Amino acid sequence: MRFAVIQFGGSNCDRDAWYVLSEICGVDCDLVWYKDGLSRPYDAVILPGGFSYGDYLRAGAIAARTPVMKDIIAHAQKGRLVLGICNGAQILAESGLVPGVFTINAYPKFICRSVHLRVETTDSPFTSLYRKGDVIRIPIAHKEGRYVASEDLLCELNDRGRIAFRFCDSSGNLTPESNPNGAMEHITGVLNATGNVLAMMPHPERASEEILSSEDGKKVFLSMITHIEHAKGVTG
Amino acid sequence: MIFLATITIGLKEGMLDPEAMAIRHALGNLGFATDELRTKKLFMVRFDAADAREAEEKARGMCERLLANPVIHHYEIEVHR
Repeated sequence: MRFAVIQFGGSNCDRDAWYVLSEICGVDCDLVWYKDGLSRPYDAVILPGGFSYGDYLRAGAIAARTPVMKDIIAHAQKGRLVLGICNGAQILAESGLVPGVFTINAYPKFICRSVHLRVETTDSPFTSLYRKGDVIRIPIAHKEGRYVASEDLLCELNDRGRIAFRFCDSSGNLTPESNPNGAMEHITGVLNATGNVLAMMPHPERASEEILSSEDGKKVFLSMITHIEHAKGVTG
Repeated sequence: MIFLATITIGLKEGMLDPEAMAIRHALGNLGFATDELRTKKLFMVRFDAADAREAEEKARGMCERLLANPVIHHYEIEVHR
């Protein structure tokens, strides 16, 4: 099993993701410079947080048009996993791998703090080790993270179980105060139609060790590992 | 032929414009009462095209594929020689 963490100019959570995967979860993980492309098959690709291209034009817009994205789209089309965290989520939305857009926060300032999320589905390779309705605590750190989608798309996401996480309060209630960036329907984790691509604004890699005050994010990575192990077991 | 495309990107009607809200608030602090404020982005792009129609088509392609995000934006194009 091998993961890749893609490094763009301006990525700054690449090593955190690499550390959690290789040192905490114990899987093989390569840091891959975006210009090198995916030179070998990977079981999962992580697009990490940061400020690729200085968030010029729109957050994630430039990185989404780099050649490595063709490799990542081909990787995703084979059913392999792609996780975009924060800037990575913005890149996935800009590239069309997940629908909708993460745009400037309703109150336009950078928000960096721990928030509560409600796990909306466990029927995904990224959330299978949680229980539906679990309330977890994970940090966010962004200024452009407000999820926006058309009414039709919101219906489809709800109907098909493609919302992975919503902002909530500590009891799991969707109160206006618990929606830090004003995201539509509190959405902050979206799956693609086939469920193998997840874009999420919160940082699970910053909540994967007790010393960082929360291990709630670790199950995102462990769910991915479990999914890959199972898939490999099935295919031999 | 060299053309200059003036491309204006704005938020679709009804989309929240937090930057505009913050700017309007700051104008209020300076004593400028305003009823409405919208932000737009202006791009001026010079490039080669066979004729005005092709120039406009190219500019539209730039909007569709990069400059605008169709989920939240609309765009206007003016092409000049």
